[in-house]
Amino acid sequence: MSNPYAKLPAWAEYGLIPLVNLVVAFLVAGLVVLLVGENPLNAAYHMINGAFGRGEYIGFTLYYATTFIFTGLSVAVAFHAGLFNIGSEGQAYIGGIGVALACLWLDKTMPWFIVLPVAIIGSAGFGALWAFLPGWLQAKRGSHIVITTIMFNFIASSIMVYLLTKVMKPLGSMATQTRTFEAGGQLPKLDWLLSIFGLNVGNAPFNVSFLLALVAAFGVWVLIWRTRFGYEMRTMGHSPSAARYAGISETRITIIVMMISGGLAGMMALNPIMGEQFRMQLDFVQGAGFVGIAVALMGRSHPAGIIPAAILFGMLYQGGAEIAFEMPSISRDMIVIIQGLVILFAGALENMFRPAIGRAFAAIGSRATAAAQTRGA
Amino acid sequence: MSDIAIELRGIDKSFGLVHANKNINLTVRKGTIHGIIGENGAGKSTLMSILYGFYQADSGDIVVDGSKVTIKDPNAAIAHGIGMVHQHFMLVENFTVLENVMLGAEDSQILNTSISKARVELKRLEREYALEVDPDALIEELPVGLQQRVEILKALYRKADILILDEPTGVLTPPEADHLFRILGQLKDQGKTIIFITHKLREIMAITDEVSVMRRGEMVATRNTKETSVEELAELMVGRRVLLRVDKGEANPGAVKFSVRNLTVRDGRGVTMVDNVSFDIRAGEIVGIAGVAGNGQSELLEAISGIRKAVSGTVLLNGEPVDVTGHADPAALRTRGLAHVPEDRHHVGLVLKFEESENGILGYHRDKRYLNGVFLNTKAIQADAEEKIKKYDIRPPNPRLKTANFSGGNQQKIVLAREMERGPDVLIIGQPTRGVDVGAIEFIHKRIIEMRDQGKAVLLVSVELDEIRALSDRIIVMFAGRVVGERDPGATEGELGLLMAGVEGRKEAAE
Repeated sequence: MSNPYAKLPAWAEYGLIPLVNLVVAFLVAGLVVLLVGENPLNAAYHMINGAFGRGEYIGFTLYYATTFIFTGLSVAVAFHAGLFNIGSEGQAYIGGIGVALACLWLDKTMPWFIVLPVAIIGSAGFGALWAFLPGWLQAKRGSHIVITTIMFNFIASSIMVYLLTKVMKPLGSMATQTRTFEAGGQLPKLDWLLSIFGLNVGNAPFNVSFLLALVAAFGVWVLIWRTRFGYEMRTMGHSPSAARYAGISETRITIIVMMISGGLAGMMALNPIMGEQFRMQLDFVQGAGFVGIAVALMGRSHPAGIIPAAILFGMLYQGGAEIAFEMPSISRDMIVIIQGLVILFAGALENMFRPAIGRAFAAIGSRATAAAQTRGA
Repeated sequence: MSDIAIELRGIDKSFGLVHANKNINLTVRKGTIHGIIGENGAGKSTLMSILYGFYQADSGDIVVDGSKVTIKDPNAAIAHGIGMVHQHFMLVENFTVLENVMLGAEDSQILNTSISKARVELKRLEREYALEVDPDALIEELPVGLQQRVEILKALYRKADILILDEPTGVLTPPEADHLFRILGQLKDQGKTIIFITHKLREIMAITDEVSVMRRGEMVATRNTKETSVEELAELMVGRRVLLRVDKGEANPGAVKFSVRNLTVRDGRGVTMVDNVSFDIRAGEIVGIAGVAGNGQSELLEAISGIRKAVSGTVLLNGEPVDVTGHADPAALRTRGLAHVPEDRHHVGLVLKFEESENGILGYHRDKRYLNGVFLNTKAIQADAEEKIKKYDIRPPNPRLKTANFSGGNQQKIVLAREMERGPDVLIIGQPTRGVDVGAIEFIHKRIIEMRDQGKAVLLVSVELDEIRALSDRIIVMFAGRVVGERDPGATEGELGLLMAGVEGRKEAAE
């Protein structure tokens, strides 16, 4: 049989299975905490409290989530066309150039709402450019995108080191960063959004780019499921041979999809640069591009899944920092282990519990039909 | 010792929500050829996989030679004397015959002794069953018929008394199939038991002693082959009366709509797959291309539909040239009146993960009718799908259902509806009924003839010779990439069979 495990109802497929995966991931993580000699329940408390316990904590969680929504969408878009873009990290990094240039150019003369559109175009443009090259290489030369995008991450990193030590650093400064932006280069916080719920954002850098991330998520949904181009890229993603049959140009789709993916990754740079630091620092991406892969996997490459997955990872980041602070024997590296476990169970071992759950549903289903039949007779 | 080789009692197997085998009882007598027939998805392969240990039954017993056994993997099946010849051969292409035969049955880590022992044993088997094949030949250099023989030898080498053959004739020419039948007859005479799975009624009638019919996971009947008829078996398979013969009137050919001249196509490795092929199709006729799978038909279809670049040659569609050696865009050809039902609906004709309605526009998705600017007009797409579902009786009638969840026949109807409803001038159809149930075959054949009667030029490629003969108004035979003959549909199967095997063709070419 080609499809031995019958279709599950949507709520089980998209709700139950990820939940079971997540619970198992946390149970195993709890074991790890136990091994270090700490109380896992304590750790869980600090994690939850640290992520959601106060307005400020929520602000931090959503600040991280904003970043992960962008990179998650970036990976997901490419994934729908059958392309595994591992280069969101580098594309986000290079996207930062666009944000920085816009801010350095306009921050003293223009208000933030004028600078922001320019920064969006700049970040998306630079990110897209950085993704265009691997896309073009794959489409025209057959160089595998997984390899090239990894390489491009390293190149991006080196370029940024060069720029931040030689070109974009203010004269006489020893820090590898641009100058601090004036008011025009600083995105306003979303304190009003949290205060609706009676929360105080405090010091958290929760800013306007969160709304932009939500708009981007909706835009990605429209693109993938409601446009002709989305139809073409999904066809190619599911079946390249069917795409050829339908007269869909693989070259064109590959290059355009990679540029969209890179653009989304690039827009991630708005959040830390314009929303938190108000300057571009070395290594401001901090692995968010790679977290995006996990977010996309966990969110099933669907915007409606990516947003909660991004918030979950935001929680792991923010709550994890709190654990490290409250429980000295749990280091930051332990938090990375927990994140790794979530990725492992939610992403890589995605199909581990599916057969069992499928069987359970089959058993319930056949019992229900049997009951219906006896009632009918 | 009983005279029952295998008995299955109450075998039941579900995959999730799919109930693939329902309480199956089957008795296979020793020294007989027992046919198992049923449509695709009837549960034949599942049942045999249970018998061969690929799957475990949820309940029920397997009795081999009078004693109840548990078969937990193929090794256990072999230990009980059950061997299997798969539909897709399980051979290592770059190993020799000898190496393949002994693979997995070596005596020790050091191969030398095993090899010499295997060679002796192989020679003995070849003599005993008249299964000659050079033990040192590489598998990839052997024709398909001989590769199959190696599969049989593999099973015999492992001392199989019961041989299961899963759709063994699908890849063979008629002469090769006849040869296989003779071999099976000999094996039977030597006391072996053979279980023969097929969906071709003719083969059942030709070689089996008994036949069991499966339908929707159930064993519906077992008959003595001598006491049954093709009609009865077809009815049992489908569950209703079926028209096996195709009713069609005289063709009324008009002007040439599609013409191919000196077309040559090479595959990725540079091997010439289509060699200087020329033919014409007129309006209102069906031209059939007969040939054993792999003789260039697939590449021909791909080249003339713009999917694959040809090396040289010209193609005229409605008198206008098609750039087959350059950028013949399949989408552009569609708008010029060429519709293409591809051979492989799973990977080419459909995107199985799409909803039915999404597949309804594949290739036509640039049509304004389905779009609002750059956006998809989901309402129009949905309405269009519903209309086609009604007209082609596609079941279940749900345009939002994932295409993978439709049966083979209904999937094929989705493709046909999409390609036929446009009223194309030229219709190219590859393997219209491959993996399609008997009930749907009838419908598809009728539709193809309707297209002809509407004055369309139809090119039909099929490995089912019966289908080619029933539908075509002219038959072209391809062998090794060349057209080796053209016959009218009155040609006998024997005559076409020889052409397909390249025997007659060489003579004709020499003359």
